[in-house]
Amino acid sequence: MRVEFTVNGEPRSADVEPRTLLVHFLREQCGLRAANIGCDTTSCGACTVLLDGESVKSCTVLVAQAAGQEVTTAEGLAPPGELHPVQRAFRAEHGLQCGFCTPGMVMASVSLLAENPHPTEQQVREGLEGNLCRCTGYHNIVRAVLTAAASDPAEVTA
Amino acid sequence: MIPASFDYVAADSTSDAIGLLAEHGDDAKVLAGGHSLLPMMKLRLAQPSVLIDIGRVFELAGITATADELIIGATTRHAALASSELVRADAPLLAHAASLVGDPQIRHRGTIGGSLAHADPAADLPMAVVALGGTLTLSGPSGSRQVPADEFFLGYFETALAEDELLTSVRVPRRPGVPWGYQKFVRRANDWAIVGAAAIAGRVALANMGPMPLRARAAEDALAGGASAAEAARLAAEGTSAPEDIHADRAYREHLARVLTERALEHRSSAAHAG
Repeated sequence: MRVEFTVNGEPRSADVEPRTLLVHFLREQCGLRAANIGCDTTSCGACTVLLDGESVKSCTVLVAQAAGQEVTTAEGLAPPGELHPVQRAFRAEHGLQCGFCTPGMVMASVSLLAENPHPTEQQVREGLEGNLCRCTGYHNIVRAVLTAAASDPAEVTA
Repeated sequence: MIPASFDYVAADSTSDAIGLLAEHGDDAKVLAGGHSLLPMMKLRLAQPSVLIDIGRVFELAGITATADELIIGATTRHAALASSELVRADAPLLAHAASLVGDPQIRHRGTIGGSLAHADPAADLPMAVVALGGTLTLSGPSGSRQVPADEFFLGYFETALAEDELLTSVRVPRRPGVPWGYQKFVRRANDWAIVGAAAIAGRVALANMGPMPLRARAAEDALAGGASAAEAARLAAEGTSAPEDIHADRAYREHLARVLTERALEHRSSAAHAG
């Protein structure tokens, strides 16, 4: 079946089997490897991308369901060579160790800050409950999101 | 994991979806948010040959109000339910329940109709709608019928929906200012309830204490007879048939039902991850 949608601002026309999952299309057809396949069961959040600005787990979304919508991956957050404020904050606060969960964490954080630009620490922890990290113990990740929230809100939610 | 092959059709209206259901019969499953169905299909627990996507039937989404009821479209997403000012004011138990489903990503996709039609006995929204005394609208080729939530859930993942019927909306009474309580006992973030209890206006519903969301009728009867919350809660596990699994045996679930019912009857609500 043919599906038309936008990926990181570029129109895409996909000829896919109906059962094609969004994460597979992004990784294998678009060459966008930021969204990782971790648990493959809607639990770990490593495959989190934005669908019309909202965080979703792309292992549990069919490409067909994205028709007509805007998909954003970590690669599309900022122009090449630049970093989105949330990415910058993750680097500044060392909000990662192995890095596997990081793209999903960043996308979930962007969505969280779009809905709540000034979250409390507790709200950040709850807002990231759909993303698992096995390295950091979450402290630096939470600190990174709070740091991003303290920067220019217009820039963060852009 | 990838689901087994299927044909995909997108409905563009409620009547189109009902027509497609009639055409494809029990080979078809309705796809809304897909957050119960797609994981089951990936595991081959469900293998429909046709998916009828109602995700773009805009008339099925959204929340409206009559003088005494809220009418919630079947494809209203959990995030919309949790953040709706109308629901938070007039059915706060339901908004709270929606805010505890899964995690933010899941709440961006999952729908109230999908959760109810899936009928997981451990899920939040079936218990909430039973506690609220909600009514479900089921629409088929010969028209619509209204089914009380108490009569909708028939068994383990089993509902009153006929093969050719679509759950189109849910109605719940508007009860601004009426005290309520909601308790969900979980061991991990974004999990289903090991046991849940929801209480409002003399009604008590339990999650994961049987094959479907149950009313704690003995506790309700005691309340109606003037018993205190603590006295009524001691009867909360009467008539239940709790499952046993890796998380809890039956006796432990019955203990939880009593403790959580007492807290719910005291109008206390668990925070996102309170155990």
